[in-house]
Formats: sequence, structure tokens, C-alpha cells
Amino acid sequence: MKCQSCPSPATLHITEIIKGTAAEHHFCEECAQLYLNQAESTKGSEMAAGEPADADSESNLDDLDQLVCPNCGITFKEFRKQGRLGCPHDYVAFQDELLPLLESIHGSTEHKGKIPRHTPEDSRKQYRLIKLRGELKAAVAEESYERAARLRDEIQSLEKESAAPHSEQEAE
Amino acid sequence: MKLEELIQSSGEWLRGEGPEADIVISTRIRLARNLSQFPFLTRADDAARAEIERILHAQIARLTPRKALNYFDVTTLQRLDRQFLVERQLISRELAEGHGPRGVAFSNAENASLMVNEEDHLRIQVLHSGLALEECWKEINQIDDMLEEQVSFAFHQQLGYLTACPTNCGTGIRTSVMLHLPALVQTKEIQKVFQALHKIGLAVRGLYGEGSQAMGDFYQISNQTTLGKSEEALIKNLKDVIPNIIAYERRVRGEMVKENKQQLHDMVSRAYGILKSAQTITSEETMQHLSSLRMGINLGLIEGLRIPTVNELFIFTQPAHLQKLRHGTLDSSERNIARATYLRERLAEQN
Repeated sequence: MKCQSCPSPATLHITEIIKGTAAEHHFCEECAQLYLNQAESTKGSEMAAGEPADADSESNLDDLDQLVCPNCGITFKEFRKQGRLGCPHDYVAFQDELLPLLESIHGSTEHKGKIPRHTPEDSRKQYRLIKLRGELKAAVAEESYERAARLRDEIQSLEKESAAPHSEQEAE
Repeated sequence: MKLEELIQSSGEWLRGEGPEADIVISTRIRLARNLSQFPFLTRADDAARAEIERILHAQIARLTPRKALNYFDVTTLQRLDRQFLVERQLISRELAEGHGPRGVAFSNAENASLMVNEEDHLRIQVLHSGLALEECWKEINQIDDMLEEQVSFAFHQQLGYLTACPTNCGTGIRTSVMLHLPALVQTKEIQKVFQALHKIGLAVRGLYGEGSQAMGDFYQISNQTTLGKSEEALIKNLKDVIPNIIAYERRVRGEMVKENKQQLHDMVSRAYGILKSAQTITSEETMQHLSSLRMGINLGLIEGLRIPTVNELFIFTQPAHLQKLRHGTLDSSERNIARATYLRERLAEQN
């Protein structure tokens, strides 16, 4: 059996009971994770909005249908259905919706790995700053004050360096 | 290189060498990349897919002097050939069964394979025999660097490499180590291993990746998350854990030998006997006996048979391989006969 969201074989079979009606879902591992995370975050937002537990989830989906990536035209609802994004810009267009999802999948929303060599110097610095700030936070938490002081100096000098060219550049 | 030539040999990753090769079959790392100027494949029509393939094929061809890769247009391959490449771990089922322009390039030794228009525009994979995490990372990083000099991959400074599925974004890396764990399976201790691995964010899959059954007691252990840790940190996570699983498997094997050597010896000898003399045999039964045989050789209970041969038999007794060997289409019962014949021939050669 194939996964209902992608061409991979279905390995996880979820039976969901909503209002006394059982619905069957068949997913591959990745899509199941996505689905479960979404189900949870939807639940969370409903509760936050103070809606009754049996609120019509269709209206929720309709809202998501309004969210469209201006670059590739995919709606957030379509993404939720198929579990695949439409283009790299979706990560920016759906940022508010994706960040909580990424957090629940990966336990983080900050890349700490390889950076392509051709990345403009400026964004490399930005990235380095993000990384250093994270390290500073960790150093303070660990009470490694010497390391924290070193990191703070490095952050300040990087900030100074990137401040000048940055002000001349147009934001994206 | 012609596809037909592949059947004459087997990939380097089956040679059964490298650290811990009695338990670790192979180490694989893959990277997911997308060209920044194109939509992901769900929103790419055939024209866009063709353009992506054209660009990546050209860049992959430029790697050739250093990496010697053979490129195949998957759309022109017969179903049997596509399945053959899946069995050899050179392409994924997704690429084999997908649609639209797509291709694969792989090295002669079958250590590197680059899939174009799979789930992402590009999936780079490096595979080595035994426990070889650093080696794989070094090689794949180098291929990625070389490609990156020529093309621009979708990258976001906070979220890293951007992938079609958010479960891969960040590093886009999946590192997996394939282990042969017959003793843990037989004693059912394997469940404890699964639970422990799950808790530390590692996934367990079967021989052919996601969704495949754990045939022949083979398990692939891999990182589940890709964002928030560096490639080296994700690799290290695996590197720290794998020796514990190896030690666990060895300990249980040791206990089995100590407590019931005769019974164990009998089991592996019977497995060998069936493989050497059966006239018709299913893939499932073959896998099960090969697994026992493999453990028997590693425990010194079976002599005159080499591990690389057994490793190869796991792959060559699969449906597409048998049909390539026999140069024809075989139905399931014909395959069972061909499989038994092939096993008898190969195992007779050894003695």
C-alpha cells in the first residue's frame, strides 16, 4: 500500500476517531510524523483560541487555503495534504506556520551545519552571528563565563563589521 | 559502462571488509539538495524537470575526471532494470517508480550515486563497506563542494538547505549504518534496542530503507532529525551509539555459543544444508538461512565459505538480479527454482 501523501510505501496506519466516526490514514514514516505534528498543532491552536473541541476543522482548513506562496502558488493546505512544499520560498512565505512544525520535527529551528561556499559574505556573517549567539546562551547557562566573555567580544566585533555594509544593502 | 556489465560484479560495499564488518554491512550518507532557481518537484512540470535534469546532468558529467560516474536516464530503463538498480541500492524505489525526466549517476565501484529528480532535485549518496562514517562524510562533502562551485543550491541562513519535505531541511543529511543483528532478533532483545534508539532520535529501517521489512535480520540505523545540529554532530551521534549495538549483538552471540553451542551449530549447519541442496526456495527463506549462515561463519562454526560471497548472495538472489542472470522474465515459481539453482552453483564453487 502506498502512502496517501507521497509515493513511498505506507508503513504507519492511523485510525482516527472524530465525532464517533473512524477515519483511516495510511502514511510512510515521514508523512505520518508530519500528519501527527499537524494534528497536534491544530489542536493546540484551537484550544488557544478557546474554541469548542468539536469546532469545524473545515473552516480551519479554509483559512489555510488563503495562505498562498506568491512564488510557486502552492497553498498551505495543499502542502498539508501532500506533505511536500512547492518551492524554496515557501519556507519564507509560510514561516509562521512552518517554524512550529520544524520545531516539533527537529527540536530546533536553527541550522548549525554546512553553509554553501557561494553564500554572500554578508549572510555568512549573519549566520555566524546566529550561531555565536546560541553558543553564548549555552555558555551562560553552563556558567562558563570565560567562554561567554570571549563569545561576546566576537559577536560585538562581527556586529561592527557587518553594520557598515549592511546599512547600504537593501533588505530582500 | 553498460547496465548489463553490472551483473558480472558486485558493489564495493558488499566486499565485507572495513571495521566491524562482521556486524556492520555498510555505511551510507545521503544529502538532499535543490537548485535555488526552480520549484520543488511537486510544482515542477515535465519541462522544468527536464531543465533541472539537463543542468544537473551537465554538472555531474563535469565531475567525471575525478569521480568517473556513469549516467543513466531512468525513463529509458526497463522496469526490470530499474528494479535491478533498486536491489543494488543504487537508486531508491521512489526514483524507480517516479515519473517525468529523472536520472542517476553512479561510480564503477558503486560507492557513489547521484539521483536527479527524486524527492528533491538532487540526492547524493555515498556508500562504503563496514563502519566508515568519516570516510563517507569526507567523500560526500567533497562531491557536494564540487557541485556547489557550479550551481546554487536553495539555502536559507536560519533554516539551512531547503528541501521538499520539511523533515529533511537544514543539513539534508541522512546517515545510516546497516547492521546484521541475527542474535538480537532471535533472542527478541532487538525490541529494547529499537526503543532506546527511538528515544535518542535515531530511526530504524529495513534493508531497503523506509517501509521495507527487516529482511535477513538487517537493520539500518539512521538520524531522524536534520536541523539544529551540524553534520559532524549528527554523525557523531551515530558513531557513539553503533559500538554499543555491536557490543550487544556480540555479547548475545557469545551467550548463545556458551549456553547452547550444539543447537546453534546445528541451526547454522541446517541453514547451509538447505541453501546447498534446495531445488526451489523463496526469497524469504533464502534470506533467513543466509542470515544464519552469515552468523555461523562469523562465529567460526562454518568453514570454507567467505563473508563477501554470502553478502553477495543476499543481493543476487533477489528477483531482478535472478532475471538478469537468467536473461529473461521469470514468474515467481520459476524464480524460486532459479534461485535454488543459483545458490547450489555458487555454494558448490566455494568447496
